[in-house]
Amino acid sequence: MAEIRKATGFIDWLDQRLAVNKFIKVMMTEYWIPKNINFLWAMGVVLMVLFMVLIVSGIFLLMYYKPDIKLAFDSVNYTIMQEVEYGWLWRHIHGVSASVIFLVIYIHMFTGIYYGSYKKGREIIWLTGMALFGMFSAEAFSGYMLPWGQMSYWAAQVITNLFGGIPFIGESLVVWIRGDFLVADATLTRFFMLHVLLLPLVILLLIAVHFYSLRVPHVNNQESEEFDFEDEAKKYLTGQKVESKVVPFWPVFLSKDFFVVGVALTIFFYLVCFHYDFAMDPINFEPANNMKTPAHIYPEWYFLWSYEVLRGFFFDIGGVAAMDIGLAAFGFANVIFMLLPFLDRNTDHVAPAHKRPLFFVWFWLLLIDMIVLTVYGKLPPTGNNAWVGFGATITFLVLFILLPIITKMEANCKCNTGGCK
Amino acid sequence: MRELKILAVVIFFTAVVYWGVEPFAHSQMHPHVAPADFAFKDLGVNSKKGDAAKGAETFMSAGCIGCHGVSSQGMAAPMDHASASASFGVVPPDLSTAGAIYDKNFLAALIKDPTKALKVEHKFNESRPHPMIAFFGLGGDIDQEIADIVAYLQSIAPVTPMSDKQVFADACQRCHDIKYDKLMSTTDKEALKAYMGTVPPDLSMMIRSKGTEYLTTFINNPQKQLVGTSMPRVGLSEKAQNQVIAYMEKVGDSKKAEREDLGYKLIGYMVLFTLLAYAWKVKIWREVH
Repeated sequence: MAEIRKATGFIDWLDQRLAVNKFIKVMMTEYWIPKNINFLWAMGVVLMVLFMVLIVSGIFLLMYYKPDIKLAFDSVNYTIMQEVEYGWLWRHIHGVSASVIFLVIYIHMFTGIYYGSYKKGREIIWLTGMALFGMFSAEAFSGYMLPWGQMSYWAAQVITNLFGGIPFIGESLVVWIRGDFLVADATLTRFFMLHVLLLPLVILLLIAVHFYSLRVPHVNNQESEEFDFEDEAKKYLTGQKVESKVVPFWPVFLSKDFFVVGVALTIFFYLVCFHYDFAMDPINFEPANNMKTPAHIYPEWYFLWSYEVLRGFFFDIGGVAAMDIGLAAFGFANVIFMLLPFLDRNTDHVAPAHKRPLFFVWFWLLLIDMIVLTVYGKLPPTGNNAWVGFGATITFLVLFILLPIITKMEANCKCNTGGCK
Repeated sequence: MRELKILAVVIFFTAVVYWGVEPFAHSQMHPHVAPADFAFKDLGVNSKKGDAAKGAETFMSAGCIGCHGVSSQGMAAPMDHASASASFGVVPPDLSTAGAIYDKNFLAALIKDPTKALKVEHKFNESRPHPMIAFFGLGGDIDQEIADIVAYLQSIAPVTPMSDKQVFADACQRCHDIKYDKLMSTTDKEALKAYMGTVPPDLSMMIRSKGTEYLTTFINNPQKQLVGTSMPRVGLSEKAQNQVIAYMEKVGDSKKAEREDLGYKLIGYMVLFTLLAYAWKVKIWREVH
């Protein structure tokens, strides 16, 4: 045990017992981040801020929300929205940040893909990140059910029904998930539990692992340059701050993040107060009614691309039902991003996409294809729309089948330091 | 410069997604309809000049008060709400304010041919007649007689402006609830269900689920937005309809003013924060660049 002596002050007293100085060094002042980065590197902190906003606003909403199908709608739309002082503010903040956080997740994710930050030692970062994406999706879906509006109910109906397509256990699984033969009170209450307890716990745990997994391979940089972090850190500490390729997390890295967070929150509060329909679909202000199917059923915008993959196959092929093919494609879409580090066969070469010509084309095609899927995922799947959706679904699948091939070609080509023409 | 280029790319793709899933998708799902027609042109025009004094007599002779009350003139409704619900399916309106809230042209057409004016011909026909019986005239010029009745209704309508809530109550409350303001339909729910095919929705949050634009065309002519709906066209004048929508907003979006006021403050606060953060960032990074 360390020697405990008379403390010279409060911090010293704490330091002797909790090693706070060491802790602050490890977590903040001597946690090294590459200097050659752009604002996309601030998305992690923006996400953290939005997640905190969700937790805080969620706690306030929790004080008045009632997870019962007879009370839920009015507890949200009357008690919280009209009666409680600033209840509307917390609800708008919660609803809008839930939507905006997905935009930032996608930006964060595509940044990782573009700069190759998912491979060569960074696999765990990618995997925990994608696990977080999955958990956030479940969190968003379960949360969307809680106001018990028309789309809460019908989305729950459609999505829980999907599990019925799983061979052998499908039907029983659907009942097990719903806790009833239909989406009903039992369903609402258990999704409430998931939303406010189990999923947030899992998310917090995953965030901790996600952050920890950054420590060993370190944060990537704009040129994917590899260098010795310890040497660069020494340089910085000896005063060669300009020459050093790294900066400490606090205050240098965070000073930039604060600015980016400021810009993000300015836009965010505009959306919260003046432009929220994109995140709080008007149709969900109609109470759930199991006798009245809405004319158009669609998920929130961030699920649209995978929803379109699900319904992209609208005709039976070779005796296999369209719905089963769609379900298989949907399953593929939801795990394939997870496998990205292993589909990229150019394992040793980390570089931004603009230095990997084939991958560069692949990247932009994927982004555009996912946007097409997203837009057509919302449009009614009739006439030409169905065919565009089908084409975009096929493109999505083909792109991921091609990825190992083009990255292998890239790896085999020695010119241009492995970037291949 | 590179950062600005990246920012432009991010903004561009975000904007495309937004445009695709919001304005574009909604324009595909909810095709645009013609603006509200407060002149009710499809009903034609009754060009006769009405005489209120004659209208009062015609009104009595035509038997209107067999079903309708005119409480402001001391004429109580012949039945209470429960019996009226059972007899007609829906409680007939008290006509004290009809001349103020309904369009004159619409009223004239309604008296002459209720199902046509109400646009419920798909629901009511000879085998299932509409509870309001058309006025067949007292033997004279029917258009003149109708113009007189309308003039009478206008002459007894309140002179002082009605409150938004009062307009809503007179125009909508026979069928609809606004439970967030403790307003319940005067018609019995079971009778309403049998009469309309379904219980008409509570309108407390309708302003948030449908929005002003939709409601403006919908209330003016429900068939335009929802073909086949059993909701009749009610024939409100533009002013009265705006009052109905204003009332719905007061109940369903009661914090609108607070939201917009606070919005400017929050944005202002964040702009200030951002500027300070930028100044601090520049100061910190000067050392390392």
